[in-house]
Amino acid sequence: MTAYGLLIDYEFCTGCQSCEVACKEIHNIPVGQWGIRVLDDGPWECSDGKFNWNKIPTPTRLCDLCVERTDKGQQPFCVHHCLAGVMQWGTVEDLAKELEEKPNQVLFVPKPYQY
Amino acid sequence: MELSDYKPAPVVKLDSLSDVNDIGKPWRYEDGDYTVTRTCPWSPPGCHPVGCGLKLYVNEDGRLEHVEGDENHPVTQGRLCPRCITLKDYVYSPARILTPMKRDRSERGNADAWEECSWDEAFAIIKENYERIVAEYGPETIIGMSGTGREGGTMSLYPTMVFGTPNYCYMQSGYACYTPRLAAAAYITGSTYSEWDYAGALPDRWDDERYTLTEVLVMWGKAPLESNPDGFFGHAVVDAMRRGTRLIQIDPRVNWLSARADIFIQLRAGTDTALAMAMLDIIIKEDLYDHEFVEYWCYGFEQLAERVATMPAEKAAEICQVPVEKIYAAARMYAKAKPAAIMWGLAVDQKTDGMQNSQCIIALQAITGNFDRPGGQLVPGADAGHNELGFGYKECIPDELFQKMIGMDQYPAYCNMILNSQCDLMLEALETEKPYPIRMGFYMASNPLSNTSMEPKRWHDALCKSLEFCIGIDLFMNASIQATCDIFLPIATTAEREGTVFTHYAPCTVTAGFMHKAVDCGGLPSDMELAYRLGKYLHPERFSKWANEHELVEAFRLGVENGGKTFDEVSKCVVAQVPIEYYKYEKGLLRQDGQVGFATPTGRVELWSTAYNQFGEDPLPYYIEPEFSPVSKPELVDEYPLILTTGARVTAFFHSENRQIPYTRELNPDPLLEINPKTAQEKGIADGQWVRVWNMFGEALMKAKVTDAVDEKTVHGQHGWWFPEQDGSEPNLYGTFRSQINNLCPNGHMGKLGFGAPNKCLICNVEPVSESYDTDMNLIWEKFGKLV
Ligand code: SF4
Ligand code: SF4
Ligand code: SF4
Repeated sequence: MTAYGLLIDYEFCTGCQSCEVACKEIHNIPVGQWGIRVLDDGPWECSDGKFNWNKIPTPTRLCDLCVERTDKGQQPFCVHHCLAGVMQWGTVEDLAKELEEKPNQVLFVPKPYQY
Repeated sequence: MELSDYKPAPVVKLDSLSDVNDIGKPWRYEDGDYTVTRTCPWSPPGCHPVGCGLKLYVNEDGRLEHVEGDENHPVTQGRLCPRCITLKDYVYSPARILTPMKRDRSERGNADAWEECSWDEAFAIIKENYERIVAEYGPETIIGMSGTGREGGTMSLYPTMVFGTPNYCYMQSGYACYTPRLAAAAYITGSTYSEWDYAGALPDRWDDERYTLTEVLVMWGKAPLESNPDGFFGHAVVDAMRRGTRLIQIDPRVNWLSARADIFIQLRAGTDTALAMAMLDIIIKEDLYDHEFVEYWCYGFEQLAERVATMPAEKAAEICQVPVEKIYAAARMYAKAKPAAIMWGLAVDQKTDGMQNSQCIIALQAITGNFDRPGGQLVPGADAGHNELGFGYKECIPDELFQKMIGMDQYPAYCNMILNSQCDLMLEALETEKPYPIRMGFYMASNPLSNTSMEPKRWHDALCKSLEFCIGIDLFMNASIQATCDIFLPIATTAEREGTVFTHYAPCTVTAGFMHKAVDCGGLPSDMELAYRLGKYLHPERFSKWANEHELVEAFRLGVENGGKTFDEVSKCVVAQVPIEYYKYEKGLLRQDGQVGFATPTGRVELWSTAYNQFGEDPLPYYIEPEFSPVSKPELVDEYPLILTTGARVTAFFHSENRQIPYTRELNPDPLLEINPKTAQEKGIADGQWVRVWNMFGEALMKAKVTDAVDEKTVHGQHGWWFPEQDGSEPNLYGTFRSQINNLCPNGHMGKLGFGAPNKCLICNVEPVSESYDTDMNLIWEKFGKLV
């Protein structure tokens, strides 16, 4: 079975939180719960005086990769609205290739797990 | 714009957009069970006029079921911020008010005393009070209180045509927002704010053959990703960075862009003018300026060079408390890059020497030859603007009345230029009844007690005492209306109305967008429609030339009476790019007389400003130490050891808006005070703990966010806080004074021309408190989560 994922270029993810809100809207997720969360590392100063600040949007166990939309050929709702345009949806195979082409990206392959 | 220019902008697809998409769809179309309306939203909810493309999906029952970004928009390309993504929740919020309401004056401040009434009754009450007050005290005793970002705040026709008063008043001390920059630019260059050229008006955008990618972008006191300032789509900066644009960031506070900048100058708050003078000095001394542009198009270069020589980099480094090498490096990097641009933000306005800060930034842009160069600064042409500012004055405000505008004597540069009463003097007039009392008010998209006004308790007391009658115009109840109003008139959201949206409030417009009505929530008027209906009721003779509100929009926004187009002719394109020209000063496109050069008395960029000189201001830039700083007030350092800066935006809120929308409130449930880890440790403050922050003007309770975003000497406080879930009655007023950072910001500390306020460079102290005031998001969800 083909695996699908979300490729996120965290070099340019600004932490705008549109993905978080888009996901909650399309899936009617109540407050206190999330389909994707923007984790925040920074700002902290490196020895060279520059700041490190990365925002890493992380799908949760509620992320179903917007299968209803992708089945129709549309992209996931978060991807559509991402203000920095740094999210991509696709097959893991395709996205993995893109990982090689540009550094500072992360590939998530979420699947709602049940325990 | 010619009729043929109003064509759908060519679509530039984002890489991430799938092949199944809505590119090329008309302004309205069917999609399954839905009717989809494409629109460019502009308020309410408030936002600067960006007009990000929206698709509104309405079902057979006429209900808005789904909102999605419109990939047909040439700049936003389907992307949206959290506030439009949650538009449905805003439209159907249970907190929205859909019926006019009245309340007896003696019941002001009592949230339970409102009674619903008909539009006819509301209008009749307004007419009775309006006519009485005009007869008894004169029309000048009426104040139109405006805010930012919603269309209602920009509508001079409210005060002029509807109420016939010269006292249109933006409620922030020193009008410290955008307008000082517009005014400085107009005085010095003859055109208003010159925006960074981000190819927004070019059909092929970044790849257009007329465009050259900006090599270096200087972000000066500006955080556009969160604020989308004045109609600029903030994330265009990221689009440019991904193509190779490099950044210089100047800000006391670290933001995401600072962490991606080649040079980040974390200066002491309020010292920007010293830095700017030093950069000019370096560029001139090291001969890095554009000789040709300076020789042909600038006036007063030698005098400027002499003046900025008084601020060598070493001196500025000491003032700004930054390493001197960074100042040299930034000046050189900016001056050598071609093209380069400076985006200059709100921080420039929010200090007493803001007009000088603007003056320096404009001089930097000019002497480096970046004016009207592709990828540089776009200069508004002679045809920019839509005659909106002056709308209604000529017919409705006779000169004698006009001269009574509050502040006209003391601040003619302010009053005549922006046709607004001087805000700080307005507060005094309310308090002292001098030069005359202010007896009636109405809100033009403003919530001064929670957001717009400094020392809001003073405004509260003054408004409550002076106003015999006051009208609230909004979608939700808020603290200002609750405290001061006798009538509430509900208005429509952007989804329920038609209208126009010109980015950047008309100068430097790159896209012309149109709002289309998709749903109806009880026939509520937009601000524009309300002005028409109420104006026609109060002054039929002034409005008789327009058959309906639609025609008023055409007159006011599209300039139909001066050869503009009608709404129906042009609106179906949804969004069109505005044709632009580069190097307009060489082509005679900046001056009304068609001559080459700039629209100033000398025809040049006036580095030595004739206009400043004429208004009694120094014609050359100078630095003044912030009035409240550890340097200017060493005697207060023990009492107030920290620098206070305020007002940075977040994507969740437009100023005081969106607090009652659960999904946006959840992103930022509590009012935050950013404090450095070392400072927090010294003061015994833990991350997430509530603190009291105070100074000589007032205090606020906020929640500490311990972060390196600010340095050890600085704290930053969020603005615009009130708590719609709390009790609205006096004295609580939705908790508006509890966590109100404006309590710490004074009135009356503007510059010589009446502009500017020190809201981003004050002093304060902070201590932990043991109580917690954390927002209960479950309560917000219970109260506001169930849509109606
Ligand atoms: S792919 Fe869909 S479900 Fe997953 S985070 Fe994005 S919007 Fe949410
Ligand atoms: S929407 Fe895009 S830019 Fe914004 S936080 Fe999510 S991934 Fe980052
Ligand atoms: S910036 Fe946000 S609120 Fe403003 S129009 Fe765009 S999406 Fe809507």
